[in-house]
Amino acid sequence: MRHDPEINPPGNRRPSLEILREGLLAALPICMGYLPIGMALGVLAMQAGLPPAWIGLMSVLVFAGSAQFIAVAMLAAGASAPAIVLTTLVVNFRHVLMSSALAVPLRGVRRRFLLLFAYGITDESFAVNMTRFRTGGWDRWRALVVHHAANLTWIIATIIGALAGSLIPRGAFGIDYALPAMFIALLALQLRGRIFLLTALIAGATAILWKVLIPGGSYIVGAAIVAATSGFLLRRRRESR
Amino acid sequence: MMDFSRYLLLLLGMCAVTYLPRLLPLLVLSQRELPRWLTEWLELIPVAILAAILAPELLLDRHGALDLLRPEFWIAIPTLLFALKTRSLGGTVIIGMGLFWLSGIQLP
Repeated sequence: MRHDPEINPPGNRRPSLEILREGLLAALPICMGYLPIGMALGVLAMQAGLPPAWIGLMSVLVFAGSAQFIAVAMLAAGASAPAIVLTTLVVNFRHVLMSSALAVPLRGVRRRFLLLFAYGITDESFAVNMTRFRTGGWDRWRALVVHHAANLTWIIATIIGALAGSLIPRGAFGIDYALPAMFIALLALQLRGRIFLLTALIAGATAILWKVLIPGGSYIVGAAIVAATSGFLLRRRRESR
Repeated sequence: MMDFSRYLLLLLGMCAVTYLPRLLPLLVLSQRELPRWLTEWLELIPVAILAAILAPELLLDRHGALDLLRPEFWIAIPTLLFALKTRSLGGTVIIGMGLFWLSGIQLP
Protein backbone atom coordinates (compact mmCIF):
# COMPACT_ATOMS: atom_id res chain seq x y z
CA MET A 1 0.00 0.00 0.00
CA ARG A 2 1.34 3.43 -0.91
CA HIS A 3 1.34 6.21 1.60
CA ASP A 4 -1.27 8.68 0.52
CA PRO A 5 -0.54 12.23 1.65
CA GLU A 6 -4.18 13.15 1.09
CA ILE A 7 -5.40 10.83 3.83
CA ASN A 8 -4.66 13.56 6.33
CA PRO A 9 -5.64 16.93 4.90
CA PRO A 10 -4.91 19.96 7.06
CA GLY A 11 -7.30 19.37 9.95
CA ASN A 12 -9.88 21.90 10.96
CA ARG A 13 -8.66 23.75 13.99
CA ARG A 14 -10.90 22.48 16.72
CA PRO A 15 -9.37 22.59 20.19
CA SER A 16 -11.46 19.67 21.33
CA LEU A 17 -11.00 17.38 24.28
CA GLU A 18 -11.01 14.44 21.91
CA ILE A 19 -7.77 15.60 20.24
CA LEU A 20 -6.18 16.11 23.64
CA ARG A 21 -7.33 12.72 24.91
CA GLU A 22 -6.15 10.76 21.88
CA GLY A 23 -2.85 12.63 21.75
CA LEU A 24 -2.16 12.02 25.42
CA LEU A 25 -3.07 8.35 25.10
CA ALA A 26 -0.64 7.95 22.21
CA ALA A 27 2.05 9.76 24.18
CA LEU A 28 1.62 7.59 27.27
CA PRO A 29 4.25 4.92 26.41
CA ILE A 30 6.72 7.68 25.51
CA CYS A 31 6.11 9.45 28.80
CA MET A 32 6.53 6.20 30.76
CA GLY A 33 9.83 5.61 29.03
CA TYR A 34 11.03 9.18 29.50
CA LEU A 35 10.54 9.14 33.28
CA PRO A 36 13.48 6.87 34.19
CA ILE A 37 15.74 8.25 31.45
CA GLY A 38 15.03 11.89 32.28
CA MET A 39 15.57 11.18 35.95
CA ALA A 40 18.87 9.47 35.20
CA LEU A 41 19.91 12.58 33.26
CA GLY A 42 18.94 14.76 36.23
CA VAL A 43 21.04 12.64 38.58
CA LEU A 44 24.07 12.89 36.29
CA ALA A 45 23.58 16.65 35.92
CA MET A 46 23.46 17.04 39.69
CA GLN A 47 26.66 15.03 40.02
CA ALA A 48 28.24 17.27 37.37
CA GLY A 49 27.39 20.30 39.48
CA LEU A 50 24.44 21.66 37.46
CA PRO A 51 21.62 23.08 39.62
CA PRO A 52 18.15 21.53 39.00
CA ALA A 53 16.89 24.70 37.30
CA TRP A 54 19.86 24.67 34.90
CA ILE A 55 19.27 21.13 33.71
CA GLY A 56 15.53 21.87 33.51
CA LEU A 57 16.31 24.85 31.29
CA MET A 58 18.45 22.60 29.09
CA SER A 59 15.50 20.23 28.66
CA VAL A 60 13.29 23.20 27.72
CA LEU A 61 15.67 24.65 25.15
CA VAL A 62 17.28 21.49 23.80
CA PHE A 63 14.84 18.54 24.30
CA ALA A 64 17.18 15.92 22.86
CA GLY A 65 17.89 13.09 25.28
CA SER A 66 21.05 11.52 23.92
CA ALA A 67 22.63 14.89 23.10
CA GLN A 68 21.87 16.10 26.62
CA PHE A 69 23.54 13.07 28.22
CA ILE A 70 26.64 13.71 26.16
CA ALA A 71 26.57 17.45 26.89
CA VAL A 72 26.35 16.85 30.65
CA ALA A 73 29.26 14.39 30.48
CA MET A 74 31.29 16.88 28.44
CA LEU A 75 30.46 19.71 30.87
CA ALA A 76 31.61 17.52 33.76
CA ALA A 77 34.84 16.83 31.88
CA GLY A 78 35.39 20.56 31.28
CA ALA A 79 34.86 20.53 27.49
CA SER A 80 34.55 23.85 25.63
CA ALA A 81 31.18 25.22 24.53
CA PRO A 82 31.95 25.00 20.77
CA ALA A 83 32.93 21.33 21.19
CA ILE A 84 29.65 20.60 22.98
CA VAL A 85 27.58 22.44 20.34
CA LEU A 86 29.34 20.60 17.50
CA THR A 87 28.78 17.24 19.19
CA THR A 88 25.11 18.11 19.67
CA LEU A 89 24.79 18.85 15.97
CA VAL A 90 26.35 15.53 15.02
CA VAL A 91 24.21 13.54 17.47
CA ASN A 92 20.99 15.25 16.36
CA PHE A 93 21.63 15.08 12.66
CA ARG A 94 19.45 11.96 12.33
CA HIS A 95 16.44 14.22 12.83
CA VAL A 96 17.02 15.57 9.32
CA LEU A 97 15.77 12.22 8.04
CA MET A 98 12.75 12.20 10.36
CA SER A 99 11.86 15.78 9.51
CA SER A 100 12.01 14.91 5.80
CA ALA A 101 9.76 11.88 6.24
CA LEU A 102 7.24 13.96 8.22
CA ALA A 103 6.96 16.35 5.28
CA VAL A 104 4.87 13.70 3.48
CA PRO A 105 1.92 13.54 5.93
CA LEU A 106 2.29 17.27 6.75
CA ARG A 107 2.27 18.40 3.16
CA GLY A 108 0.94 21.93 2.62
CA VAL A 109 0.61 22.71 6.33
CA ARG A 110 1.15 26.36 7.30
CA ARG A 111 4.72 27.37 8.10
CA ARG A 112 3.71 28.83 11.49
CA PHE A 113 2.48 25.42 12.61
CA LEU A 114 5.66 23.75 11.43
CA LEU A 115 7.80 26.17 13.46
CA LEU A 116 6.04 24.94 16.59
CA PHE A 117 5.83 21.31 15.52
CA ALA A 118 9.50 20.84 14.56
CA TYR A 119 10.67 21.63 18.09
CA GLY A 120 9.28 18.34 19.41
CA ILE A 121 10.52 15.90 16.76
CA THR A 122 12.31 13.12 18.64
CA ASP A 123 13.00 9.47 17.84
CA GLU A 124 10.03 8.48 19.96
CA SER A 125 7.45 11.03 18.80
CA PHE A 126 8.51 10.45 15.20
CA ALA A 127 7.97 6.70 15.49
CA VAL A 128 4.57 7.10 17.15
CA ASN A 129 3.27 9.83 14.85
CA MET A 130 4.45 8.28 11.58
CA THR A 131 2.79 5.00 12.51
CA ARG A 132 -0.42 6.81 13.44
CA PHE A 133 -0.44 8.97 10.33
CA ARG A 134 -0.20 5.83 8.25
CA THR A 135 -2.88 3.83 10.03
CA GLY A 136 -5.23 6.82 9.74
CA GLY A 137 -7.46 8.76 12.13
CA TRP A 138 -4.52 10.96 12.96
CA ASP A 139 -3.83 14.62 12.30
CA ARG A 140 -1.25 17.26 13.01
CA TRP A 141 -2.99 18.50 16.16
CA ARG A 142 -2.94 15.07 17.78
CA ALA A 143 0.67 14.76 16.69
CA LEU A 144 1.43 18.10 18.32
CA VAL A 145 -0.17 16.95 21.59
CA VAL A 146 2.18 13.94 21.52
CA HIS A 147 5.15 16.29 21.12
CA HIS A 148 4.23 18.54 23.98
CA ALA A 149 3.16 15.81 26.37
CA ALA A 150 6.48 14.06 25.80
CA ASN A 151 8.40 17.32 26.18
CA LEU A 152 6.64 18.26 29.41
CA THR A 153 7.28 14.80 30.88
CA TRP A 154 10.92 15.04 29.88
CA ILE A 155 11.40 18.45 31.52
CA ILE A 156 9.69 17.35 34.74
CA ALA A 157 11.60 14.05 34.83
CA THR A 158 15.00 15.72 34.50
CA ILE A 159 14.16 18.19 37.27
CA ILE A 160 12.84 15.42 39.57
CA GLY A 161 16.01 13.46 38.86
CA ALA A 162 18.17 16.43 39.80
CA LEU A 163 16.18 17.08 42.98
CA ALA A 164 15.54 13.59 44.27
CA GLY A 165 16.87 11.08 41.76
CA SER A 166 19.17 9.33 44.19
CA LEU A 167 16.23 8.52 46.48
CA ILE A 168 14.32 6.50 43.87
CA PRO A 169 15.25 2.83 43.30
CA ARG A 170 16.53 2.07 39.82
CA GLY A 171 14.84 -0.32 37.41
CA ALA A 172 11.54 -0.68 39.27
CA PHE A 173 8.82 -2.62 37.38
CA GLY A 174 11.01 -3.03 34.31
CA ILE A 175 10.35 0.60 33.37
CA ASP A 176 13.77 0.75 31.69
CA TYR A 177 12.27 -1.47 29.00
CA ALA A 178 9.32 0.85 28.27
CA LEU A 179 10.95 2.59 25.31
CA PRO A 180 12.52 -0.53 23.74
CA ALA A 181 9.13 -2.27 24.04
CA MET A 182 7.41 0.71 22.43
CA PHE A 183 9.89 0.67 19.56
CA ILE A 184 9.30 -3.08 19.14
CA ALA A 185 5.53 -2.52 18.93
CA LEU A 186 5.94 0.31 16.42
CA LEU A 187 8.32 -1.81 14.37
CA ALA A 188 5.71 -4.56 14.29
CA LEU A 189 3.14 -2.05 12.99
CA GLN A 190 5.56 -0.89 10.30
CA LEU A 191 6.20 -4.41 8.96
CA ARG A 192 3.55 -4.39 6.26
CA GLY A 193 5.05 -6.46 3.48
CA ARG A 194 8.23 -8.15 2.41
CA ILE A 195 10.06 -4.96 1.40
CA PHE A 196 9.49 -3.47 4.85
CA LEU A 197 10.72 -6.63 6.58
CA LEU A 198 13.81 -6.71 4.36
CA THR A 199 14.48 -3.02 4.99
CA ALA A 200 14.23 -3.59 8.75
CA LEU A 201 16.62 -6.54 8.64
CA ILE A 202 19.14 -4.63 6.54
CA ALA A 203 18.84 -1.61 8.85
CA GLY A 204 19.33 -3.69 12.01
CA ALA A 205 22.33 -5.62 10.67
CA THR A 206 23.94 -2.50 9.19
CA ALA A 207 23.41 -0.54 12.42
CA ILE A 208 25.11 -3.22 14.52
CA LEU A 209 28.03 -3.57 12.13
CA TRP A 210 28.36 0.21 11.79
CA LYS A 211 28.30 0.82 15.53
CA VAL A 212 30.88 -1.89 16.20
CA LEU A 213 33.22 -0.50 13.52
CA ILE A 214 32.61 3.24 13.98
CA PRO A 215 32.01 4.35 17.58
CA GLY A 216 29.67 7.28 18.13
CA GLY A 217 26.15 8.00 17.01
CA SER A 218 26.46 8.02 13.22
CA TYR A 219 25.12 4.48 12.93
CA ILE A 220 21.43 5.47 13.00
CA VAL A 221 21.58 7.84 10.05
CA GLY A 222 24.04 5.63 8.19
CA ALA A 223 22.09 2.40 8.59
CA ALA A 224 18.74 4.06 7.87
CA ILE A 225 19.98 5.53 4.58
CA VAL A 226 21.65 2.28 3.52
CA ALA A 227 18.55 0.22 4.37
CA ALA A 228 15.95 2.58 2.86
CA THR A 229 17.99 2.85 -0.33
CA SER A 230 18.43 -0.93 -0.53
CA GLY A 231 14.72 -1.49 0.07
CA PHE A 232 13.86 1.13 -2.52
CA LEU A 233 16.12 -0.44 -5.16
CA LEU A 234 14.88 -3.95 -4.38
CA ARG A 235 11.29 -2.82 -4.80
CA ARG A 236 12.07 -1.03 -8.06
CA ARG A 237 13.78 -4.14 -9.42
CA ARG A 238 10.93 -6.38 -8.41
CA GLU A 239 8.38 -4.05 -9.99
CA SER A 240 10.32 -3.70 -13.26
CA ARG A 241 10.37 -7.45 -13.77
CA MET B 1 31.00 24.95 36.55
CA MET B 2 30.66 27.99 34.27
CA ASP B 3 28.62 31.07 35.17
CA PHE B 4 25.00 31.32 34.11
CA SER B 5 25.36 33.69 31.16
CA ARG B 6 27.95 31.43 29.54
CA TYR B 7 25.78 28.41 30.25
CA LEU B 8 22.80 30.13 28.63
CA LEU B 9 24.90 30.92 25.57
CA LEU B 10 25.88 27.25 25.36
CA LEU B 11 22.22 26.24 25.58
CA LEU B 12 21.24 28.65 22.81
CA GLY B 13 23.93 27.15 20.59
CA MET B 14 22.72 23.63 21.38
CA CYS B 15 19.13 24.77 20.82
CA ALA B 16 19.96 26.06 17.32
CA VAL B 17 21.75 22.90 16.19
CA THR B 18 18.93 20.75 17.60
CA TYR B 19 16.04 22.79 16.22
CA LEU B 20 17.27 23.57 12.72
CA PRO B 21 17.84 19.95 11.58
CA ARG B 22 14.30 19.21 12.80
CA LEU B 23 12.77 22.24 11.11
CA LEU B 24 14.47 22.91 7.78
CA PRO B 25 13.69 19.68 5.88
CA LEU B 26 10.06 19.83 7.03
CA LEU B 27 9.76 23.49 6.11
CA VAL B 28 11.26 23.02 2.64
CA LEU B 29 9.83 19.63 1.66
CA SER B 30 6.27 20.10 2.94
CA GLN B 31 5.62 23.09 0.69
CA ARG B 32 6.15 21.36 -2.64
CA GLU B 33 5.16 18.34 -4.70
CA LEU B 34 7.73 15.64 -3.98
CA PRO B 35 8.94 13.40 -6.81
CA ARG B 36 7.56 9.89 -6.62
CA TRP B 37 10.94 8.26 -5.99
CA LEU B 38 11.51 10.48 -2.96
CA THR B 39 8.14 9.68 -1.36
CA GLU B 40 8.78 5.99 -1.97
CA TRP B 41 12.21 6.29 -0.37
CA LEU B 42 10.91 8.31 2.56
CA GLU B 43 8.18 5.72 3.09
CA LEU B 44 10.90 3.24 4.08
CA ILE B 45 12.65 5.66 6.46
CA PRO B 46 10.47 5.00 9.57
CA VAL B 47 10.97 1.23 9.52
CA ALA B 48 14.68 1.68 8.76
CA ILE B 49 15.21 4.14 11.60
CA LEU B 50 13.25 2.01 14.07
CA ALA B 51 15.32 -1.08 13.28
CA ALA B 52 18.56 0.92 13.30
CA ILE B 53 17.79 2.29 16.78
CA LEU B 54 16.55 -1.02 18.19
CA ALA B 55 19.04 -3.62 16.96
CA PRO B 56 22.16 -2.18 18.65
CA GLU B 57 20.16 -1.45 21.80
CA LEU B 58 19.12 -5.10 22.03
CA LEU B 59 22.29 -6.83 20.86
CA LEU B 60 25.26 -4.67 21.91
CA ASP B 61 26.41 -4.44 25.52
CA ARG B 62 27.34 -1.15 27.18
CA HIS B 63 30.88 -1.40 25.81
CA GLY B 64 29.57 -1.77 22.26
CA ALA B 65 30.38 -5.48 21.86
CA LEU B 66 27.98 -8.00 20.34
CA ASP B 67 26.27 -10.08 23.04
CA LEU B 68 23.60 -12.57 22.02
CA LEU B 69 22.75 -13.47 25.62
CA ARG B 70 21.35 -10.12 26.71
CA PRO B 71 17.91 -10.33 28.35
CA GLU B 72 16.99 -7.23 26.33
CA PHE B 73 17.31 -9.33 23.16
CA TRP B 74 15.58 -12.49 24.34
CA ILE B 75 12.67 -10.54 25.80
CA ALA B 76 12.32 -8.69 22.51
CA ILE B 77 11.29 -11.91 20.74
CA PRO B 78 8.09 -12.71 22.69
CA THR B 79 7.41 -8.95 22.86
CA LEU B 80 7.61 -8.68 19.06
CA LEU B 81 5.41 -11.77 18.59
CA PHE B 82 2.86 -10.29 20.98
CA ALA B 83 2.94 -7.00 19.04
CA LEU B 84 2.54 -8.74 15.68
CA LYS B 85 -0.40 -10.77 17.00
CA THR B 86 -2.29 -8.07 18.92
CA ARG B 87 -1.03 -4.89 17.17
CA SER B 88 -1.51 -3.21 20.56
CA LEU B 89 1.01 -0.55 21.54
CA GLY B 90 0.05 -0.24 25.20
CA GLY B 91 -0.27 -4.00 25.69
CA THR B 92 3.14 -4.59 24.14
CA VAL B 93 4.80 -2.02 26.37
CA ILE B 94 3.27 -3.64 29.47
CA ILE B 95 4.26 -7.17 28.35
CA GLY B 96 7.81 -6.06 27.55
CA MET B 97 8.23 -4.25 30.86
CA GLY B 98 6.79 -7.18 32.78
CA LEU B 99 9.10 -9.70 31.11
CA PHE B 100 12.11 -7.44 31.65
CA TRP B 101 11.20 -6.98 35.28
CA LEU B 102 10.87 -10.75 35.77
CA SER B 103 14.20 -11.36 34.05
CA GLY B 104 15.83 -8.94 36.45
CA ILE B 105 14.43 -10.87 39.40
CA GLN B 106 15.67 -14.21 38.13
CA LEU B 107 19.08 -12.99 36.94
CA PRO B 108 20.31 -10.54 39.54
